[in-house]
Amino acid sequence: MMPFSSADLFLILPELLIITAACIVFVLDPVLRTSDKDGLVWLSLGTLAVCMGLTASQIQAPATIFSGLVVIDAYGAFWKLLLYFVTGLTILLSHSYLKEERLYFGEYYGFVLLSLVGMMVMVSSSDLLTLYLGTELMSLSLYVMAGLKRSEPRSLEASAKYFVLGAFSSGILLYGISLLYGATGSTRLPEIAAAISSRNLDDPLLLFATILLTVGFGFKLAVVPFHMWTPDVYQGAPTSVTAFMAVAAKAASFGAFLRVFIEGLGGLKANWSAMFLILCLATLILGNILALVQINVKRMLAYSSIAHAGYALVGVVATGHMGNSSGIASVLLYLSLYAFMTFGAFAIVAMLRKGGIEGDNIEDFTGLAKRHPVAALLMLIFMVSLAGIPPTAGFIGKLYVFMSAVEAGLPWLAAVALIFAVISAYYYLRLVMVMYMREPSDLSSTSPRMVMSPSLSIVLACAVAGVVIFGIYPNPLVNFAIQAVSALK
Amino acid sequence: MIPLSAYTAVSAVLFIIGLMGVLVRRNFIIVLLSVEIMMNAANINLVAFSHYLESMAGQLVALFIIAIAAGEAAVGLAIIIVVFRGKISTNVDEMNLLKW
Repeated sequence: MMPFSSADLFLILPELLIITAACIVFVLDPVLRTSDKDGLVWLSLGTLAVCMGLTASQIQAPATIFSGLVVIDAYGAFWKLLLYFVTGLTILLSHSYLKEERLYFGEYYGFVLLSLVGMMVMVSSSDLLTLYLGTELMSLSLYVMAGLKRSEPRSLEASAKYFVLGAFSSGILLYGISLLYGATGSTRLPEIAAAISSRNLDDPLLLFATILLTVGFGFKLAVVPFHMWTPDVYQGAPTSVTAFMAVAAKAASFGAFLRVFIEGLGGLKANWSAMFLILCLATLILGNILALVQINVKRMLAYSSIAHAGYALVGVVATGHMGNSSGIASVLLYLSLYAFMTFGAFAIVAMLRKGGIEGDNIEDFTGLAKRHPVAALLMLIFMVSLAGIPPTAGFIGKLYVFMSAVEAGLPWLAAVALIFAVISAYYYLRLVMVMYMREPSDLSSTSPRMVMSPSLSIVLACAVAGVVIFGIYPNPLVNFAIQAVSALK
Repeated sequence: MIPLSAYTAVSAVLFIIGLMGVLVRRNFIIVLLSVEIMMNAANINLVAFSHYLESMAGQLVALFIIAIAAGEAAVGLAIIIVVFRGKISTNVDEMNLLKW
């Protein structure tokens, strides 16, 4: 047992700062006048900026703290920096979105920050206990955020469905953790790995635990057949929350999932890579096919996010198959590029208003190019990137993932994924077609219009800059992903 | 001396009861209770393994799970109350605004 020291506390200073900021937001919200509540936004953003600096300084100094419960390394720092960035964008987007929706909940920002702390704990946990605590902190905050639009039955329904499926998946994950503990005698990932390497891999207890962990993580990652909650929740939740869930929650779940399966269960690669191959194919097929028939943009983007989890799984399968780390690096790269384009697309959907409500049906985008050329152009860039057409970030992401599959000796898997990427172009470009090639039906006051605001402009500028710059010059991000993966044992 | 297999058998039965409860029962509150049963199945496993492996980690995890289960129940019941106000029903099948 390593003793507890104050140096440990210094290393988790980013988490502590964000929790403190969240508590300040919760306390100040009822006290402040409505006109002063913007201060909470700036407080949250300022905290994120400070934490970004602190985490960036931790990249070069790996450490295992709290007797092995938490590990600070480049891998965790990669995800944390991505999460800070996405959370910052979420707060900026929510700032204008909540005003449009007439939702004045200061505690909203508190929940965003608490959820962020949960995600940070998830990606830096080297023990199944901290992993579970992080997952629950993230999920409990997200359940509440999904249902914040209390006057809207869809939002409540989304919250209820998310809660039932989320709690159910946590139960399965926990049972898996308990069996893994029984099979290996520890909940620390390095000790689990050591126990697995010294025993018979066909131990039924170990295999059953792996299956349960896969199912539990499958729900969090929204891979088929554990995806049923995703479209309903993404459609019903407030759009700013949907964007946060689709990008940050997915990234954090992938971060935790990869650490558990590579660091902890790396010895069982042959077993789990076969399982993930099936999940990956099912996800690619069902996610893309069901997205084809959607008439609601949020729902279409939900199926698209399911399909993108499938592309990311191609990289995981490649690593499990070959044992090299380039597959994992491509997954990190893929999810960080996916963050820019998906967040941008949801930001446009959030700010397209039809009367007092959101215009989130595909027909609401009719003739957008005539009325709002800039918004239509940005949506075009995000859609082209999601479809994976060069020279955008989406192409780079798919290129590296497919290359890792070919290197691992699975060219047919890359080919299947490529075919479904082509199919996916249909539903992304259909939206572009609707925006550019159809005349706006009428220009009455009820026709959908874009609401622009300074904070929304910053969000869209960041998202489109990421998509374009990393689409042309991805090297810094690629190198950072490789450095991050080399920190995984 | 009760053998370890007895504990794991009880826990497996509880886990399956909880799993079936979530999948089969249509009342939101019963579904919530079923999830709690699944978590307690994991707790029994953890404490039993902890005793037989002579390591304290399992019991610690079980304590954390009990605390988190309470938090989860609080959030879940709050959601049920808000949904119930709008619909006067806790039947899961009637939550059908969002599909396909």
